[in-house]
Amino acid sequence: MDREPVVEVRDLTRRFGDFLAVDQVSFRVPRGEIFGFLGANGAGKTTTMRMLCGLLLPSSGSGTVAGFDIVRENERIKTRIGYMSQRFSLYEELTVRENLQFYGGVYGLAGRQIAARSAVLLDSVGLERQADTRAGSLPLGWKQRLALSSALLHDPPIIFLDEPTSGVDPASRRSFWLLIYQLADRGKTVFVTTHYMDEAEYCHRVGIMKLGRLVEVENPQALKQRHRAASMQEVFLQIVRGEDA
Amino acid sequence: MSRVLLSIFRKEMTHILRDLQSLFMVLTMPLLMLFLYGYAITLDMRRIDMAVVDQSRTLESRELIERLSSTSFFRLASASVQDVDVLFQARQARCVLIIPRDYAASLASGREARVHLLIDASDPNAANFINAYVSRVVASENGPSLFSVDPRILYNPDMRSANFFVPGIIALILILISTLLTSIAIAREKETGTMEQILVSPIRPAQMILGKVLPYILIGFVDGLLILVAGSLWFRVPIRGSLALVMAMMLIYVITGISLGILVSTIADTQAVAMLATVTLTVLPSMLMSGFIFPVASMPRLFQWLSAVVPATYFLQIIRGIILKGNTLANLYPQAAVLLGMDLLLILASMRSFRRRLE
Repeated sequence: MDREPVVEVRDLTRRFGDFLAVDQVSFRVPRGEIFGFLGANGAGKTTTMRMLCGLLLPSSGSGTVAGFDIVRENERIKTRIGYMSQRFSLYEELTVRENLQFYGGVYGLAGRQIAARSAVLLDSVGLERQADTRAGSLPLGWKQRLALSSALLHDPPIIFLDEPTSGVDPASRRSFWLLIYQLADRGKTVFVTTHYMDEAEYCHRVGIMKLGRLVEVENPQALKQRHRAASMQEVFLQIVRGEDA
Repeated sequence: MSRVLLSIFRKEMTHILRDLQSLFMVLTMPLLMLFLYGYAITLDMRRIDMAVVDQSRTLESRELIERLSSTSFFRLASASVQDVDVLFQARQARCVLIIPRDYAASLASGREARVHLLIDASDPNAANFINAYVSRVVASENGPSLFSVDPRILYNPDMRSANFFVPGIIALILILISTLLTSIAIAREKETGTMEQILVSPIRPAQMILGKVLPYILIGFVDGLLILVAGSLWFRVPIRGSLALVMAMMLIYVITGISLGILVSTIADTQAVAMLATVTLTVLPSMLMSGFIFPVASMPRLFQWLSAVVPATYFLQIIRGIILKGNTLANLYPQAAVLLGMDLLLILASMRSFRRRLE
């Protein structure tokens, strides 16, 4: 791996009371990679991502995002990342355009910049005709595209997507992944969690979490060969049922 | 900084103006409360049941009775001496006036003419009031006596309790409403999940707090004007002092409530908790410990200390001072300074308590 890592964590650990949500996780993500984070519900995917975004403090361990320390410099990390939460977290009462205006302003963009960027983004996600629709009345798949647009408004080099396609139909998921590919082609690093194993096939590399531990970090092809499996689904089931963790 | 602040401000404004139902409630609820409290809270006594035992049965005694019944203060009924106990027990009379047989004769001979007044003092305040009132009426009948106290009642010559209470009610409603306005502002974002998106953005706590506070100051101030005007006109409480000064002071006080609300909101995780905390923090202390009904000076020491941290304590002095006595800033700057200090402290505390992370 010769490219510089944009995300790097060492022994990252997070406890909630007695519960060990993330247990000594270490990995690196180089620039331009689509890194998939897999695992059953409660395996620690979201908690790990939240620590990287500065939403949660690690109990121990260290890490950097975009070269900044996730504990001490998380405010500087914030301008360099885009984040899309599992749950739709934009304002339902505001229109698509108003949501983008708000987040553009929050990231310090000028009105003209916001308008120009919004137009491009809405066009690329296919929401240009919904610009004046209230976010709350959009179907879920469109809401997620709006959330992605909002996360990309300030043109961050790293994008964190927490289960961006959960609950949407296969066609919408497919078009969402095309957008993710476009981002990677433009040099963005995409860190994405999912529990859809077919989506894991699209990632450059995947990390598989099980009960708070990172048990595999590998590209899907190599994983399938090593586990003698035809699909990532099989690989995942072997690991989850397996006794090796 | 200003760009971020502006977009938060604009977003809040859009939220407020779009949610017409809430806006309507925010503007009408204070008025409703004003009328509710305005009519319910009064110490003015009217139609007090008085039984009169007229043993004199003369022109003079009838004149005295006539005088007492010509006010709306008493509702008279005649009775006999034997009934007195029964009347009190059955709550048919709050007081009994006995005019003795020699009443007219005493008056004619220039001696002091005595009447007896029996008062049910199970409500001591009412008893005092009745006593004072009857004494005045009877004294005027008796003509000049050896010496007399000639009280002049200042600032509220009719001693209407509306003049005393309406400004107080304004103080009470205003702190409740303005605190409620913001108490859910941040708690709501935590509840709906939008806070998560805010927290991954570079918004600083100061920007978030100010961006949230500013629009609501506007709303709170409009609410204040509404109840000030309605209270003054409807309950006929004239404003003696400067209207501009009342408004300026009201702004400072609204900011106190708004800042208290935002502090509650940074701490509470749900809107329900935030609202409950707000009602507890504002209504009870403002009613009981601010001098709204009971003078602070006559409270136990502990309550006096508590009253010193209740914003309504200071605003009550301010608004009663301006409305009833025509106070100017020269009389009121200490109270205004305390409120301003509270505003600043609460805002700073909210900025500190605004958590930059989840959990």
